[in-house]
Amino acid sequence: MKRIGLPVVLVALWWAASAGSTSFFWPPLPAIVAAVPSTWTGDFWLHDVVPSVVRLLIGFFLALFLGVAAGVALGTFRTVFFMAEPVLEFFRALPPPVLIPIIALVAGYTGWTAKVVTITLGCLWPVLLNTIEGVRSVDEVARETARSYHIAPLKVIVPSAGPRIATGARQALSVGVILMVISELFGANRGLGAAVVQFQRGFAVPQMWTGIILLGLLGVALSGLFQLVERHTLAWYHGWRRAEREG
Amino acid sequence: MRRPLLGVAGLLILVAVVELLPRLGLVDTRFLPPFSSMVSALGDEAGTGGFWTALAQTLRGWAIGLAVAVLAGVAAGIVIGGVPFLRAVTATTIEFLRPIPSVALIPLVVLLYGSRPQSALVLVVYAAFWQVLVQVLYGVADVDPVVRDTARSFRFSRWAVVRRVVWPTAMPYVVTGVRLAAAVALILQITAELVIGVPGLGRSIGVAQSSGAVADTYALVIVVGLIGVAVNASARAVERRALRWHTSVRRDL
Repeated sequence: MKRIGLPVVLVALWWAASAGSTSFFWPPLPAIVAAVPSTWTGDFWLHDVVPSVVRLLIGFFLALFLGVAAGVALGTFRTVFFMAEPVLEFFRALPPPVLIPIIALVAGYTGWTAKVVTITLGCLWPVLLNTIEGVRSVDEVARETARSYHIAPLKVIVPSAGPRIATGARQALSVGVILMVISELFGANRGLGAAVVQFQRGFAVPQMWTGIILLGLLGVALSGLFQLVERHTLAWYHGWRRAEREG
Repeated sequence: MRRPLLGVAGLLILVAVVELLPRLGLVDTRFLPPFSSMVSALGDEAGTGGFWTALAQTLRGWAIGLAVAVLAGVAAGIVIGGVPFLRAVTATTIEFLRPIPSVALIPLVVLLYGSRPQSALVLVVYAAFWQVLVQVLYGVADVDPVVRDTARSFRFSRWAVVRRVVWPTAMPYVVTGVRLAAAVALILQITAELVIGVPGLGRSIGVAQSSGAVADTYALVIVVGLIGVAVNASARAVERRALRWHTSVRRDL
């Protein structure tokens, strides 16, 4: 009860505070809710929401795969890592949305490819850098032992870097959501982000609010899903940490 | 000694590749101009007042937004973290509000402020606030109960407890939060400039790209990247300096 208490109170507060609102920008919550059925139509889900989410997932998983693969390689070969370090620092520090003008120069900014490339490139750096850190901090004894017993090195490296990879993946996911929205604001487009901005440009304010709420719910759902997957795949790690704490 | 040298070598290789690919005709110069022409474009930019104005606008927006977010985050974190009831009640709400992508607010700020700097400020503060708040909450939760009870036995005032017990414990977390927030704030500042048209380097990049000034686009992107590197490096330097006394930084133990 306590857990869901405050969100309920907040929504109730929003409802009450906006009840008599005549402000154009802050329509009453009931008006926003009333706009949901006519806005979230089948067409909207099929042509805006689902393509956006699919692009996000393709970009994210592509980045996860590439980032872990490159991260394991760079983490293993020290010389290559030392050479690449300043370059990686630069790309890590580059705010990912500036990739969009560059990609627009190189490939034009239409269709799925440019958007997926944007998301992939943005998600890549957090995964890559965290994987490198994780691989570099693999226990030396474990690595040597694995080598002596002819166990494939990857079987030791990837799990022990797992928690760091998960950290990187979590950061990547929130960057991915940002890029999912922004990539749809360039050129003529469809998608959840594009739809919300269309509503705003058409001054369809209640519809715009439903879109903002949907984007928020999407962010929450993705982070919830991520936590679920992380808790499942890293169960050994969380159990080990708990045991350590309790001594 | 080997490490910095190898790093410089890596950078030089990248520069050489970017210079040679277009020069040898392997990549169209409309897509990727040689590095030297990016540098000369940057030189031309640096000669104009517009570039420096945009740079100042970006940095000012970033700094103000970060400062507001840090102050609000630290104050909220210490109050929420210090009162068990508030912490229990707000836990799920914070977990719920935090993942809401700040870019979802773009349409709203456009309606409210158009392309004025306030638009960027709202996005920057919203995104950076959570980074700070969550870290401060971790920090306050980390306070040793024995120390807290001891302070209370000595009749420390509430303010003295915050000042002498909570703050030193939470400090490393606060600094981490500020470091994370500084990077996020820069991302949102540039995003707002690029997407909404708030004056600053992000908008300059958009203008350069749409007017086909390829070398200028790359030059400005490099500048933004270097700002990012500077922000990260100085945040780390501040972290080391502010936490000189802390065991995670001290080497003499």
